[in-house]
Formats: sequence, C-alpha cells, structure tokens
Amino acid sequence: MKKKLVVIGAGMASGRMLEQLFDAAPDAYEVTLFNGEPRGNYNRLMLSPVLSGEKTYEDIVTHDDDWYRANGVDCRFGEPVVKIDRKNRIVYSNKGGAPYDALVIATGSAPFIIPVVGKELPGVVTYRDLEDTHAMIDAGVAGKDAVVIGGGLLGLEAAAGMAARGAKVTVIHIMGHLMERQLDPAAGYLLKKDLEKRGITVHCKGATKAIMGHDRAEAVLLEDGTVYPADLVCMAVGIRPETRLANDAHLEVERGIVVDDAMRTSDPHIFALGECVEHRKQLFGLVAPLYDQAKVLAKTLLDQAAEFVPVQTATKLKVTGCDLFSAGDFAEGEGREDIVFRDPGRGIYKRLVLQDNRIIGVVMYGETGDGNWFYGLMKDGTDISEMRETLIFGPAFQGGSKLDPMAAVAALPPEAEICGCNGVSKGVIMDAVAGGACTLDQMRACTKASASCGTCTGLVQQIMAFALGGEVNEAPAGMCKCSDHTHEDVRRLIKVMGLKSIPAVMQELGWKTVGGCHSCRPALNYYLLAEYPLEYKDDRQSRFVNERNHANIQKDGTYSVVPRMWGGVTTPAELRAIADAADKYNVPMVKVTGGQRIDLLGVRKEDLPHMWADLNAAGMVSGAAYSKGLRTVKTCVGKEFCRVGTQDSTGLGIKLEKLMWGSWTPHKLKLGVSGCPRNCAEATCKDIGVVCVDSGYNISIGGAAGMEVKETEHLASTPSEEETIQIILAVTQLYRENGKYLDRIWKWMAKVGLDWIKAQVVDDLENRRALVERFEISQSVYRTDPWAELSTPAETPKWGPLADLTLEAAE
Amino acid sequence: MTTFVDIGALSDVPQQGARVVKTVQGCIAVFRTADDRVFALEDRCPHKGGPLSEGIVHGTSVTCPLHNWVFDMNSGEAQGADEGAVRTYPIRVENGRILISAELMARRAA
Repeated sequence: MKKKLVVIGAGMASGRMLEQLFDAAPDAYEVTLFNGEPRGNYNRLMLSPVLSGEKTYEDIVTHDDDWYRANGVDCRFGEPVVKIDRKNRIVYSNKGGAPYDALVIATGSAPFIIPVVGKELPGVVTYRDLEDTHAMIDAGVAGKDAVVIGGGLLGLEAAAGMAARGAKVTVIHIMGHLMERQLDPAAGYLLKKDLEKRGITVHCKGATKAIMGHDRAEAVLLEDGTVYPADLVCMAVGIRPETRLANDAHLEVERGIVVDDAMRTSDPHIFALGECVEHRKQLFGLVAPLYDQAKVLAKTLLDQAAEFVPVQTATKLKVTGCDLFSAGDFAEGEGREDIVFRDPGRGIYKRLVLQDNRIIGVVMYGETGDGNWFYGLMKDGTDISEMRETLIFGPAFQGGSKLDPMAAVAALPPEAEICGCNGVSKGVIMDAVAGGACTLDQMRACTKASASCGTCTGLVQQIMAFALGGEVNEAPAGMCKCSDHTHEDVRRLIKVMGLKSIPAVMQELGWKTVGGCHSCRPALNYYLLAEYPLEYKDDRQSRFVNERNHANIQKDGTYSVVPRMWGGVTTPAELRAIADAADKYNVPMVKVTGGQRIDLLGVRKEDLPHMWADLNAAGMVSGAAYSKGLRTVKTCVGKEFCRVGTQDSTGLGIKLEKLMWGSWTPHKLKLGVSGCPRNCAEATCKDIGVVCVDSGYNISIGGAAGMEVKETEHLASTPSEEETIQIILAVTQLYRENGKYLDRIWKWMAKVGLDWIKAQVVDDLENRRALVERFEISQSVYRTDPWAELSTPAETPKWGPLADLTLEAAE
Repeated sequence: MTTFVDIGALSDVPQQGARVVKTVQGCIAVFRTADDRVFALEDRCPHKGGPLSEGIVHGTSVTCPLHNWVFDMNSGEAQGADEGAVRTYPIRVENGRILISAELMARRAA
C-alpha cells in the first residue's frame, strides 16, 4: 500500500520536490497537496513580466491540472491548512482533514509589513503572489502615482512593472543605495540612473513615517518631511518565513522552521523546505538553493541519504534593460583586493573582489554576459593568479599560451560603439586608419574618438593597432610607453607593495625604459607623495618645468610670477611691493589673472629668486599659479560689504586658502566662494565651489571653464561654515587619494560617480574625519613657501648659468 | 684634437637635471643623467626654441618643456615622429669636474 504524503503549499520549492519524487519513484507516495492560493504551482520569478504586461499568468504556469492529474495528486487548492495534529498525523484545512505518513511544510514566506500609520488603508498592497500582482494591475495604475517602499529586488521589479503600465513611480529605499545586499554603491548608482531614465524617481535614505489618506492611500510621508503622492503604495521591504502552522504544532522554529541537512524538522515525520525553513541559522530567498533543497528532500522521502549544502548564489534583476549581476561577498576588508572596470560612457561597471587569488565576490552592471563564468570561478575556488591581468575582460581573453587583448578587439562588430562621448564606432575608427590616421592625435582630430573623457583611449589604440597590423606592444593600454600598467594599477601597487621611490616603482613594476619619460615620471612623483606624505621626498627633477621652477615658463623661456593673494584680497603695501618688483626687474607686462591675482610676466630665470626674496619680505608667498595643486580661491565681497551678500564669502575663501595652500593634487584645483546665488565669484564652474545662501552653504564640485565648460554638481548643503570647510578638505583628500594624475575633479567624478563621493565625504562622518586628518598630515609637510626655500643664499646661484664663457672669450 | 675647459663641478648639476652655460654661440645645456653621465646640447629646440635645459631628463633623453619633443642626448636627434636635431658638443667628467670643448670659447664654431 502507498504511503501518504501531504504537502502544504504549492510553490516552486515543493513543485520541484514533487517532480523529483515522481521521477525517481512514481508509485512511492499518494500525494495530497494543499494550497492557500486557488491554483497550483507557477513561476513566481516571472511575476514582474506579468505585472509589466509582457507575460500572462498562463505563460508562467509550471504545473497545470493535467500534470497533477497524471501524477495522481489530490489537489486541495484554495484550502488553507489551519492545523497539524502531530499525534494522530492528520492535517486539517478549513474544509476537512487528511492523514499522512510524511508531511512536507512548504508555506514559503510572507511580506513584511512595516508598522506605520496607514498601513491598513485600501491602496496599500504587497508584492508576493499573483493576487498582489493582479491587485496592482486591477488598480489601473496608468497615469497614477505609485510609491514602492523598498529598493531591493522585489521592490524594483514592482516599480519597473508599474512604470511599464504607465504609473508615475517613486521608490523609497531606506539605505544609501539600491539593492545594497547585492550591489556596491557604484553599481547601485548606475542602477539608480537607469531607473531614473525610465522616469522612476528614486529616493534613497528615505524612512517612511506614515501613509496618509482618509478612506484610501493618498500619499506617503517620510521622516525627512518629503511627501510623495500615492494612489497605490506597494510594500516590498522584505519577507519573513511563514511559520505559523509550525509554531502552532510546536515544531522547533527560530526565524524559520528549523531543519537538518536532510530537510527534516524536529518531528521525524515532518519535513520542510523553501523560504519557510532555517538551515544552520540561514534563511533562503533565492530559487537556486530552494531547488537544491527539493532534490535533497525527494531523496530523504525515498529513504536515500542526501545532504543539503548551501552554496553561494548569484542574483540577476529581472527588469528589462537593467542588466546587473551579483554574487558572493563584496564588502571591502583586510586582505581583499579589487579589480574594477568602469566605462562611464556606456554605463558599465564590473568589480571582482579577490582574496588569496580567488574570486569571492562579483558585481557587474550594464554588461553581465561573463557573470556566470566569474560565478563558476568563484564557486570552484579557482586560483586566478595566472589570468589576473586580463581576468576582468572575461573568458574571451583567457586561454592560449599568451594573453591576447587583440583577439577581443578583432571580434568586435564594426558597429560596436567605442567612444560613447562622441558616438564613434569601431567601423569609423577602422575607416579613419584606412584613410591615413595612424596616431591617436590624428584619430582624435578626424573622428573625435577618445577626444572627450578619454576613458576609451586604450581601446581606440588597440583598434588602431589591430587595423594597422601592429604589435600589441605598440599600443600599450598602460600609463605610457614605459609601462603596461594603467595609472590605477600603478597606484594600487604602490600602496599594496609598499613602493616608496620612483626607482622602486620602475624596478618592481617592470618599467620598460630606464628613467621613465616626461609622462610617467610626474605621475609617479605625485602618486608617491600622495601615498607617503611624510616619508617620500618630492623629486623636483620629475616635475614639469613650471612646478620645478615655481613659475610659469613662457614661449620665450622667461617666466611669469604670481604672488598669492589670499581669497583675492590685497593691501596697498602689497601692491606697492609688487609695483616695486615690477620696476626693479623690468617686468614687461603686469596683468590681472582670472583667479583674482596679479601676474608679473617676462621675468628672467636668474632674477626669480631675487624677486621672490623681495616679495617674501613684503609678506607674500608663492601663488602656485603653476601647480597641479591648489591654485586660487576666488571670492566675492560677501556680506561684509555687499548689500545682498548672505555670508562672509571672502572670509571663508581666505580660511580655505590658508588651509589648502601648498597642497598637490592630481591636476590643478581652483575654488570659488560666492556670497549669494548671484554667484559673482563664478563658483559653479570651479573644481570646488561654494555658493552661500541665507540658510548656509551649498557645496558643489566638478566644474570646469577651460576646453570643457562644466557646471558643478551639488555635493552637500550645510548651515555650518566649519562643516563646509571639513567637507571641502575631505573631498580634496579623496580626490588626492583616488584621482588619476591629470584628471580634474569633473573627470574623476565621471569615473567614480558623485554618489560614491557623497557617501565618502558627506554621509560617512567617520570617513570624512579620517580624510581631513590625512589631508592635514600631508599639509604638515607641504604648507610651506617654495619661494622662501629656493631663494636662500645657497640656492640663489643655482638659478643662474653654470658658467659664462662669453666673458672668457672676450678676454 | 679637442681641448677642454673646466666649467664647474659635477655636483653643481642635479642628477636628471641640467644647467646652462652661456657662450658666444648661444646657450648650451649641460645635462647630468641618473648614472652621472654628462651631455652638452644646444639649449634651443629646433621646433619653437624651447630651452631643453628645463626639460625632464629620462635615461639619455630629454623632453622639451614647451611641446614635448624628445631628443636623444647622444645624437641630438629628435625622437619619434618629430624631425630635427640640436647640436651636441664634446663634454666629459674628470675628477668630479665637468670639462667642455674649448671651441665654445671661440666666436664662431670651428
């Protein structure tokens, strides 16, 4: 006689378990299947296409009536189980009982409802099953306002689905970035951008305070006071295992129903699987481990030995057009390293987290084709040290004796977009090469490929090398012809390997030239002094002439001298000293600069230390108008004089300049502080700008007014001048530590994302303090006047010629 | 045979740097490499007249500070795609002193 198996819950886990059971032993059990929902098993992963209208319920049914009938399953759909009588081994539904020899509990999970006022109003729904989905569809969301609370997998799928049906959707997420359990901030940022492109508003760090409305939901109120209108509110903040039946039956329940490795509960006749169980303190929400459980339980029911071992699982978001992949652990930590690939132009981000030469985490956004390959390497614990250099490019680059980046370039179709900024395809680049463009400059001149943000430069060079039939070495993707390492790699290796001098870097990283070149040496010098401010001694000989001579060389070999005027403020005494110096050294031109300074042009090199000594004597120091470092802080007069000024912008500018002068940065750094939104100091096209308002200070970054003209983007607002200063110092240090040499802030920002910068210096107070501290450590060395150091009696002669043979010849 | 004249101590020129010697034929850049070799080149880039003595010295090459032309200090030839050359002059180090060709003291090149 067949044994009786009763299953509570017709979900994906129990469905798979039944399939396995019937496959292995069709006649072992007589099965009774209870389900609260009035239907059998369907693919819950496909609810979002149903919501968005891309699929119907019929499309996603996995087990239809015929299947149940063929396998002799007694279906009790629409009959919620109310009680388990363990003593007599009978399960009772609202309609009647069913005896069992073995019982499987597969009750799944229930959505978590946050306990806020208004949660019970009509119009507030959850997103868990077909009923919820239909409720949202039936609400006729087109043109209406919908708010989704929760920016995790489910919430975003609900949001995208409703948006596809024409709703105006806002997602409220309590954390700093979307899907924080699966994504890091950078990928979260790209996802947010993509969703916003679809018209979905995303509000991160938003805590829901109440759902407002009289007889149905009308709006959602956040703790910060923001109100979003809402005809429909979908709660998707999380799930909890549905354990009520197990609890009532006094089975062992922690967060979920506790099962052993064979999926058995504390009662030997009762088993459980799916989202309702807890196995070794772990809960399960993704489908892959549930299918593993199904396999194990089917064997257990057939008295075969089987053991459930949870493995790392990967996540993909099922929102059309948002391509993301996440697996494993991607928190930063001791001994962990990252390999990161970013293509901001195309919205691509890939990050591998390594530990002991093994992948332990993968986050990908925008292009996820290689996700499963990485996932495989991670699951298998493969040692990747051999392929590390090209690992991030995926399997296409691996294999063979020599790693060949050309193969991938060759494989790209002609229409593949290479330069996202200027919309240049591979075909256009190939044509330009055929037409005679054989240097990068020529390529930029005739196609604009890589002429804007420059992130695609390496790729453009590779395609050119491919088209020209050249060797890979002729088109290095490295920082210059001396090294195949990228700037980012060199910087990371300087840190990881503890390299503390330029020769050490060149030796350890295999420089291909003897003494580097004019391109890599200044970069290395900067990276070293930024990494080791106290230990590393600035190498003047690795600096471009202007920084070496602390003056700007002009086309005739003379120099221009610019004394610092703090915040653009000067005095009659300083002006007299400048005028005297101009007279004394026959300065052919005196000019006012754009940064509110005075420029003395046409000074002979041998006169520099003498002029500096004179200016020093009048209390002035170098204006650093030549440096990849702090240049000027431009200010307006502010409320001290101006009738519309709101804050002391001049005072703040002077404070900032006094704190920051002498600091070296990846590229020049110009600041502006305006005392009111009329913005007379033009702060919004500076690298860092402050615009004062009545309530405080708006800080923005990433402006430019050179070859590129860019408006700054808002970083933070604060009522406090002190906090303004701290944020500016912190963002400067972050830029110093992370920016690629010769990237202005706007370029750097395009690579790392403003949200990431915000998270580092605005939101994370501890990190902000640490950044400011490190800035201060560096400034303890560099807040000095080079003019004073280089115009001593010992140094002065070095500015003149070594010898003058014209005199001897005359003798 | 070239005769030489003392123009200063090797230590007066920084490693990977240069100093200028004034002559009636124009300024000469005296370079010192990282491994203490010295070179004497005409201090005037054939491109736009930039002072090579202010360029970054790498290996036995120097990059003009104005537009990044690179010269091999052995030959005075411009490298890469750029075409041109600067004159080079006999120079050597003896007992820590730098000696340069005495022809530079003449009013006109020999």
